Amino acid sequence: MIEIKNLTKSFGDMLVWKDVSFRIENGDTIAVIGRSGCGKSVLLKHINALLTPDSGEVLIDGNNIFDMEYVDQRRIRQKFGILFQGSALFDSINTFENIAFPLRYFSNLTENEIHDKVMRSLEYVNLEDSAQKETSELSGGMRKRVGLARAIILEPEYIMYDEPTSGLDPETANEINDLIILMAETFDITSIVITHDMHSVLRVADKVAFLHDQKLGWFGTLEEMKKSDDKDLLNFITASEYSIK
Amino acid sequence: MQGLKELGRYSSLLYQALRSSTEFSTYRKNLFQELVKVGTDSVPIIMLVGIFTGSVMTLQSAYQLEFAFIPLSTIGAIVSESILIELAAVISGLVLAGKVGARVATELGTMRVSEQIDALESMGFNSVSFLVVPRVLAGIMMFPVLYVVASIFGIGGGIAAGYFSGSVPPADFLKGARMFFYPWNVVFGFLKSFVFGFIITSIACYKGFYARGGAEGVGKSTTEATVLGCIYILLADFLLAALLL
Repeated sequence: MIEIKNLTKSFGDMLVWKDVSFRIENGDTIAVIGRSGCGKSVLLKHINALLTPDSGEVLIDGNNIFDMEYVDQRRIRQKFGILFQGSALFDSINTFENIAFPLRYFSNLTENEIHDKVMRSLEYVNLEDSAQKETSELSGGMRKRVGLARAIILEPEYIMYDEPTSGLDPETANEINDLIILMAETFDITSIVITHDMHSVLRVADKVAFLHDQKLGWFGTLEEMKKSDDKDLLNFITASEYSIK
Repeated sequence: MQGLKELGRYSSLLYQALRSSTEFSTYRKNLFQELVKVGTDSVPIIMLVGIFTGSVMTLQSAYQLEFAFIPLSTIGAIVSESILIELAAVISGLVLAGKVGARVATELGTMRVSEQIDALESMGFNSVSFLVVPRVLAGIMMFPVLYVVASIFGIGGGIAAGYFSGSVPPADFLKGARMFFYPWNVVFGFLKSFVFGFIITSIACYKGFYARGGAEGVGKSTTEATVLGCIYILLADFLLAALLL
């Protein structure tokens, strides 16, 4: 379980958000929504301590990640897989090696076992034919899927998606949404999806956290969101072309 | 104030690198790759720089001493001593600030802005150990080797220029070089190249590691790494000469 308690972050004089608190239960898929620039990705990078807050705590299974030594933080980070906004694939190695990369350093698997595991991971994202492609040859959607295959390779307990459907056509975005659901169901992974794509929220989320006006503006289940009369939340939702009522 | 802040962050990165240097298994593979990129790949340009520096020095010394009634071997002494004590290390350093410094800053800067460094950290890697330590180690290990290459080709270029221009016979050149040879000058040149290797790679790593923004940010960090590398080489050259000669 992940518990975010009174998290406050600013960059210099610019306050990003203040006193953000919510809880992510095991097995949940939670969508963090909000306008561009409201600090959604910054929040994601606090959950596994890639960034440090001004104050507040992030408890992973009851332990505050910011109180840990760097060595312990690194161990905790391996419980997380992240699909970054731009996929963050290593451009000096090909698709296969990108996915095999964590295994080569953090497992004792033989070369054959690594090969089988990488190919199985590529099968999940329907890219088994692209194993030997250079990352520069991959389309935006393929890069996201390779990023996802790499994110799950160490069998994480939690997976975080940073704008997984941004920049993709609706059909490819739907494929990514389906993969998020598939990952959550197949591996029983707790998922955190950073997005402003309401279509994606409606497809994948169990709960929604809405960042607004430098604070947590609203938090609840998807069903509660559909019935909510919170003015700011409604403004954000109705600005989308999708009707949820 | 900004300068002090930068110095603090640079020192902090170096401290982290020093602490991480014990994690040999993390950077072993990268270290060998960097030794090739910094060392072997730089040999052609260093040979070229050495040959032309030695040749030009010989021709200019011969021109300046044309009407002086001194032995021709003096030209060999001037050229070889200048190369060993100053030019091989400094000119190689300035050239490598462009070649190696710019490459390192661009690589790390691109990795930073495309979230590849975040991806490494999120997998549980110590990114300083993985990226910074091998590059700095390769710099301090390979620059002295490149100093030797520059010295050999510099003196060789001087002998060739003297022979083909008819200004100094090789025997006279070598006689002068041997007559004024002091082993300390070679030790001093080694020491300088060691320091320059550290300066260039550590500044480039710092600028790349903390690059911000997109392509413009990477360009800025690359330019700063190259310019600062050159400035600090000249400053270190002066300080070492003032302290050790």
